[in-house]
Amino acid sequence: MALDIVREETVLGPARLSTAKRPFKRPTTEGPVAKAVLMTLALGFLGFFLVLPLAAVFIEAFRKGLGEFMLALGDPDTISAIKLTLTVAAIAVPLNLVFGVAAAWAIAKFEFKGKTFLITLIDLPFSVSPVISGLIYVLLFGANSMLGPWLKSHGIEVLFAVPGIVLATIFVTFPFVARELIPLMQDQGTGDEEAAISLGASGWQTFWYVTLPNIKWGLLYGVLLCNARAMGEFGAVSVVSGHIRGLTNTMPLQVEILYNEYNFVAAFAVSTLLAGLALVTLVLKSFLEYRYGDEIAGSAKH
Amino acid sequence: MDVSIRHVCKDFERFPALKDVSLDIRSGELIALLGPSGSGKTTLLRLIAGLEPPTRGAIFFGDEDASFKSVQERNVGFVFQHYALFRHMTVAENIGFGLKVRPSSSRPAKSEIRRRAHELLDLVQLSGLADRYPNQLSGGQRQRVALARALAIEPRVLLLDEPFGALDAQVRRELRRWLREIHDATNHTTVFVTHDQEEALELADRVVVMSQGRIEQVGGADDVYDRPNSPFVYGFIGDSSVLPVKVDDGQLWLHDRTIGLAAPELPSGQATLYFRPHEIELLDGCSGCISGVVAASRRVGGSRRVELEVGGARDRVEIELPTDHPATQKSRIAFRPLRWRAFPAVSAAA
Repeated sequence: MALDIVREETVLGPARLSTAKRPFKRPTTEGPVAKAVLMTLALGFLGFFLVLPLAAVFIEAFRKGLGEFMLALGDPDTISAIKLTLTVAAIAVPLNLVFGVAAAWAIAKFEFKGKTFLITLIDLPFSVSPVISGLIYVLLFGANSMLGPWLKSHGIEVLFAVPGIVLATIFVTFPFVARELIPLMQDQGTGDEEAAISLGASGWQTFWYVTLPNIKWGLLYGVLLCNARAMGEFGAVSVVSGHIRGLTNTMPLQVEILYNEYNFVAAFAVSTLLAGLALVTLVLKSFLEYRYGDEIAGSAKH
Repeated sequence: MDVSIRHVCKDFERFPALKDVSLDIRSGELIALLGPSGSGKTTLLRLIAGLEPPTRGAIFFGDEDASFKSVQERNVGFVFQHYALFRHMTVAENIGFGLKVRPSSSRPAKSEIRRRAHELLDLVQLSGLADRYPNQLSGGQRQRVALARALAIEPRVLLLDEPFGALDAQVRRELRRWLREIHDATNHTTVFVTHDQEEALELADRVVVMSQGRIEQVGGADDVYDRPNSPFVYGFIGDSSVLPVKVDDGQLWLHDRTIGLAAPELPSGQATLYFRPHEIELLDGCSGCISGVVAASRRVGGSRRVELEVGGARDRVEIELPTDHPATQKSRIAFRPLRWRAFPAVSAAA
């Protein structure tokens, strides 16, 4: 008997040791070679397509030093482009906020005929090429159109002027707020609103005290994305703006003009502002997702 | 506040949810709308609240026709199954909401609203939780807050839509007793919807049993349990055993044997016999009784449930026996229902 036990131990001993040496292999983990290859591929792709261009923008902008950079940004045409971009965003974003909330409210809280069609229509600007979006307004308000000459005779210029740029920007950025809010509001249902009106609140009070607070973070998120797109839009705006320096050039258009004139420092200097906006947007977006993720995506039950 | 529902119909997209429903609710009464899902009980509640308009018929609050008044004008307190608390407001703000949104002429001062909220929190036994947010409360606590919020507007009628439906059994029982106490203390006319018969029978002064958009029976717990007036109520409330029988000359026949039950008011022909498994007497001999062979037996709580094959395995009925009864598999048992009712087969099929 004793012998048997010893034998068993000698048999078991080395086996135990070998399991102790070899670390546990998780069923969901790849081997080191596969890991290295996949990570190199992913990081290489990321570096080449995202980090490198971003770094290039900043390097090119500061190639001739800070002084030249500031000089490029101080150019009157560039300043007017920055002002125009801010103006357009300041008009387009609030309007899209109101339209977006109204559309999402109607779609999420009420049943009516043609609802699916309306949802599809809201998505239209996402699927149409921005150039076509611009062309629509050229056709609507151009010299040979019905509306253009009539408006012109009343002293209103739409095409190749600020109104045209605002219209094109609104069209392109239309879906952002509504798209963000519709799933959120559908998920929240109408229970809170029914509770509020049963307590005697009017429709406006219900919206202000109950609906809006429930969607505020999702709304902010949508507005953020909408703003980033409004400031960065090129295609549609390019068609309707007419590229008049100091008058109808937005920042993206200004970048193009400067670049075509081989004024690289200035072109990249303006680009850094747009890239900076993108970075700030990203940081804010990540913060919102991190802090209020459940309230943005909905599905949070209270 | 008396509430009177008069010949109310409600259609959803051609699907009838309520078919000619009439009901009088007395002031201060606690009434339960009981029925399976799809019976129209929640629809009826939402109609009383004004969250839906009736297709036909009228709803009176006291002497005044409230059918086409808005929810706000009706001044009802509504408690939802999923609480519907405002998540961005504290408990006290939730309770004070109904007072805060009043027009400035009738709105109490801020300090008064706060005082009211604390008073109601005491009533629902949640003192000290005024500054919590809804997601910091348990389900039972949330529903108490929801009730306090509904009571804050001094409603004419209190309406509760499956108020305990989302809670677990233990909390449900606790809240049931608590709701009864609140009702006795405040004496609001209260209507609540439930699909839980135990809850309805225990809590309500009167139970309204509904099925397929109609009211089947209205009555106290004893009425609907002991004297069900339709096959549906018999089957829906409590346990029931069912046997197809034949009526001949006022006597009930099972196959070719009389079972010793007389139903002189029934027309001759096929009928269905309903009785409670525990309301039977066991008999020794069998002249005028139901007798069968034990097919299965289960221990259920303090008694034994026995399934009998009656009339050569064609029908099975359940009866309840004391646990010390010596019945075993294949042994023969004879019994007669003490309390029973037979319905003509036509109405049983409908």
